[in-house]
Amino acid sequence: MAKTILDFEKPIIELEEKLAEMKRASDGLEIDGEIAVIETKVRQLKENIYHSLTRWQKVQLARHPDRPYTLDYIYNITDNFVEMHGDRNFGDDKAVVCGLAKIGDFKVMIIGQQKGRDTKSNLYRNFGMPNPEGYRKALRLMKLAEKFGLPVVTLLDTPGAFPGLEAEERGQAEAIARNLLEMARLKVPIVVVIIGEGASGGALGMGVGDRILMLENAWYSVISPESCSSILWRSWDFKEQAAEALKLTAEDLLPLKVIDRIIPEPLGGAHKDHTKMAEILKSALLEELANLVKIKPDKLVDARIEKFAGIGEYQE
Amino acid sequence: MAWFKRQRQNITTETPPKDNLPDGLWEKCPQCGEIMHKKQVETNLWTCIKCNNHFRIGSAEYFAILIDEGTFKEYDKKMRSADPLKFEDTKKYTQRIENTIKATGLLDAVRTGTGKLMGRDVVIGCMDFKFIGGSMGSVVGEKLARATHRALKGKMPLIIISSSGGARMMEGALSLMQMAKTSARLAQLADAKIPFISVLTDPTTGGTTASYAMLGDVIIAEPNALIGFAGPRVIKQTIGRDLPEGFQRAEFVLDHGFVDTISHRKELKQTISNFLDFLQVKKG
Repeated sequence: MAKTILDFEKPIIELEEKLAEMKRASDGLEIDGEIAVIETKVRQLKENIYHSLTRWQKVQLARHPDRPYTLDYIYNITDNFVEMHGDRNFGDDKAVVCGLAKIGDFKVMIIGQQKGRDTKSNLYRNFGMPNPEGYRKALRLMKLAEKFGLPVVTLLDTPGAFPGLEAEERGQAEAIARNLLEMARLKVPIVVVIIGEGASGGALGMGVGDRILMLENAWYSVISPESCSSILWRSWDFKEQAAEALKLTAEDLLPLKVIDRIIPEPLGGAHKDHTKMAEILKSALLEELANLVKIKPDKLVDARIEKFAGIGEYQE
Repeated sequence: MAWFKRQRQNITTETPPKDNLPDGLWEKCPQCGEIMHKKQVETNLWTCIKCNNHFRIGSAEYFAILIDEGTFKEYDKKMRSADPLKFEDTKKYTQRIENTIKATGLLDAVRTGTGKLMGRDVVIGCMDFKFIGGSMGSVVGEKLARATHRALKGKMPLIIISSSGGARMMEGALSLMQMAKTSARLAQLADAKIPFISVLTDPTTGGTTASYAMLGDVIIAEPNALIGFAGPRVIKQTIGRDLPEGFQRAEFVLDHGFVDTISHRKELKQTISNFLDFLQVKKG
């Protein structure tokens, strides 16, 4: 399925191609032993490469154009999805998808940032960069969920909130700030999943919740490695170093308490197997929802606020 | 325009550049060029006597302007940055912090405390732009969250004066989480119906604007302060054209409906006091 091949994946692809060729030519030849050797080699190579990815390589996986996006998860995980549009004020932001859906037996409000897969759909989705009305649509529907006692699930995957002129005029900062405050005190469970790119305030604007899950190869930080490089190194060429310095992977963020749980991906990344990935995430979501719906709303809110109040490291 | 300029060197008289005035006794307005005595600037609350330009000042000056003399008590005076990510770019983060502490005499980019504003008990926090661009890391987030919590427990109005480029890169996602942390504490303050007044000064951008700065019951801006989410340079790159005059300035932001009022620094204390007079905390 993979159309885009990342640099570090090339040795695997080459070996896999060689293997396929040998299998094709193996008719009547006694090379089963050799095939088995190469098969083991492929497996070892995959394990080696995918288990020792650098932070920058993970950023590349998180941005892989074949990676499952919000709507892929919605189709693979939920039933009876009804999309709901608009912020009832300005418009409908296509970079944000919201709607009612069922995950197993749970009725939920599912909200996610949506990228496009080609130029046309990317223009339609604004590359997954929400405008203020996107945050306000999400908030409107979270409030609806609260009114009817439905848990909220949000899927984060954005290169950032849109830095445009009109976005500023319509209060991008206020829209994000309002969501942070309202999500902190929303009286229904909120499960947040960082599925791809979690870029700064643009992601966090839909990312306050009771449980924060993060896919193994997603990234989440205060700034993208490229922008960090351009500001601190005054050049775009230090993105690898910036990615290392920012400690933006799931593995980094779990001990810092920024996230609560890492969701493993199929070997090679979520893009290798959308169905398997969706299954893994679905079972995690079912578990989390089952635990959260047992907690009384007031306790849930208090715990959520204390959880975020406890993040940060300093000396006294 | 060449005919307005003297071409020959020997006719022009050498004048020393005016910003190199002796002993720092004089200050020059970067906007209109007016030269003023330091004392004059100070009595004018660090604004230009001619063009009203508001100079960037820090927490010490704002506390002096807003808080009744002798009533200020600082909270969490010793809190300072750790280096949770062992961050290093062209310089180590720990080194950057050390250097900035030495250069500014401050421990981080915000100071908080309690005091009286025209006789009324308040909790106040003020950012210092000169400390790594007023950036918000764990210390800024924690101090402001604690100040908010103290306002809640003591039923005192909260005032935060912002001056910040946004979240601090060197603490990565932890800096980002400070936006959620401060906003979560403000949600509790809002539920308890305790007023929060947010004062935006030049500049207030990024994660600071996208969290507590925009969450005031009342939002007051200083004249001409730059207020926004994305910086002007990034927006210009994104849209590929020049930005309109006055874009993201306090007056522009007011016109678009995101601040309640613009107050000259000389009226700031009175303005806040007036608002607090209406928005009183219900005791008991």
